[in-house]
Amino acid sequence: MTDPVQFVIREARLLDEKRFDEWYELFAEDGYYWVPASPNQPDPLNHNSLAYEDKLLLKLRIERLKQPTAYSQKPASRCHHLLQAPEIERSTKDEFLIRTNFIYTETRGDDSQRYAAVAWHTLVGEPLKIRLKRVDLLNCDAALPSIQLFL
Amino acid sequence: MGYRDDAGALKRLVRDDRVHRDVYTDAEVFQLEMERLWSRTWIYVGHASQIPNAGDFLTLDVATQPVIVVRHSDDSVRVLLNRCAHKGTKVVYAPSGNAGKTFRCPYHAWTYRTDGTLLQIPLKEGYSSAVQHGGLTKVESESYRGFIFARVAKDGIGFRDYFGDSLSSIDNLADRSPEGELEIAGGCLRYLHNCNWKMFVENLNDTMHPMIAHASSAGTAKKLWADKPADLQKPMAIEQIAPFASDYKFFDDMGVRVYPHGHGFSGVNFSIHSSYSSVPEYEAAMKKAYGEERAKTILGTVRHNTVYYPSLTIKGAIQSIRVARPLAADKTLIESYTFRLKGAPDALLQRTVAYNRLINSPMSVVGHDDLHCYRSIQEGLAAQANEWVDLQRNFDVSEFKEKEKTANGTSEISMRNQFRAWAEFMAP
Repeated sequence: MTDPVQFVIREARLLDEKRFDEWYELFAEDGYYWVPASPNQPDPLNHNSLAYEDKLLLKLRIERLKQPTAYSQKPASRCHHLLQAPEIERSTKDEFLIRTNFIYTETRGDDSQRYAAVAWHTLVGEPLKIRLKRVDLLNCDAALPSIQLFL
Repeated sequence: MGYRDDAGALKRLVRDDRVHRDVYTDAEVFQLEMERLWSRTWIYVGHASQIPNAGDFLTLDVATQPVIVVRHSDDSVRVLLNRCAHKGTKVVYAPSGNAGKTFRCPYHAWTYRTDGTLLQIPLKEGYSSAVQHGGLTKVESESYRGFIFARVAKDGIGFRDYFGDSLSSIDNLADRSPEGELEIAGGCLRYLHNCNWKMFVENLNDTMHPMIAHASSAGTAKKLWADKPADLQKPMAIEQIAPFASDYKFFDDMGVRVYPHGHGFSGVNFSIHSSYSSVPEYEAAMKKAYGEERAKTILGTVRHNTVYYPSLTIKGAIQSIRVARPLAADKTLIESYTFRLKGAPDALLQRTVAYNRLINSPMSVVGHDDLHCYRSIQEGLAAQANEWVDLQRNFDVSEFKEKEKTANGTSEISMRNQFRAWAEFMAP
């Protein structure tokens, strides 16, 4: 797939359909998934983040969800990404930066959470892969309950 | 039920080896905990490094009451109730900032110095002399190696009497800086728990749960790395998360130590933090600062979790703290902070930040395992037929005689010790 906008739309769909193994394959080998814990957070290494995961940690999260001992997933969570049209923020010959506003809903049993967020996808290569998916939650510094799936 | 006027009924909630479910679920008991246990004991309110300059402040709730922690113009740290003497407005609302020399109420401009004394009131003559000489209510506070604690009740146990020798865990954390000083760095993770605060605090030294509750997270991490060659450098994440899946023997051999007033720590002999890769540049700085032997003692002390009952829990070996902020009988905010060790390389800050994110974030898979169990207890305790929560593992009557005691790591002595302190402050 070479259309970066279609790529981002498909990425969200894989999450909503819980096709996590396919989703994992969208990441470059040096790819990261980052959810900062404060607005305008300068970096993921010297500052606490809600999540900052390389492919090993993404794999751990995905494999955990499959375990019969993942009791926090009984009942299982579901998620839904309501995307606004992704915008190409920047494009060079080597990479795209795509900005996407979205509303994220995660439910488990009778509980439901909803978040406003902006996703920043840095996409590279042919076929396109994710070098970085950064999700800026509007209330990233609020007291938050367990968020168990991927934003 | 009427616990407020019945000390006997409160005392009967805590038995030698079990507690009544009301300690976790009853709204009146929660209210009394705030008025008694959380007001009469020393509660962690912040670290000196968060308010380095005169006028710097933090706001938070202690025992569900609004307080300000502020550095006064004479460089001392003051703790004040955040309630205007006039109508009750919070005089400052932001979580942190710099107030300059005064707090000015946004409603009628009553203005206070940063030690709480009243500076001015518009049209002062119309108010009584008592009001004209009033101020913000002052709260007792003490700092120990930068850790600031407050006791909301005007009278009560002194700071040193309350913590005693348990302060050695704070010493070990601060000593891990080659300069002996810590600085909160990297912000804060704020995880809302829909459970009673004690479930979180007790769990820190519950060593019978990790291999079960964390089988899906730590157990999976262990498996992901199982087929790798032994000489391949483990990624930091695997080093940090896999030890949660250690066996019963490991946790039993770790040991647990308790002190009067509910404090205690596990990891007397070693802990899940013992086998981290070395950071040669840091170890060299420590040797230079303290000498080889002393540096070895400091770095060889790798306690698991220390509970400064009831509010603060620290992990010296990985430079992080978790702070319990009770909101209701079934609602608790857990705030997790990381420290920069002054004089240590950035790699140490990055290691604690990685750990905090992996274990203490609302997105942590380890956190998901734990909180699921706490919430499940909160709901399970609605069962009428069994009113008691069991704490009997390795109970021994000698516990009543020995004020400080070391036991096998899987003993539930730390929980019994906490509840004895609970009863002492709730129903003196």
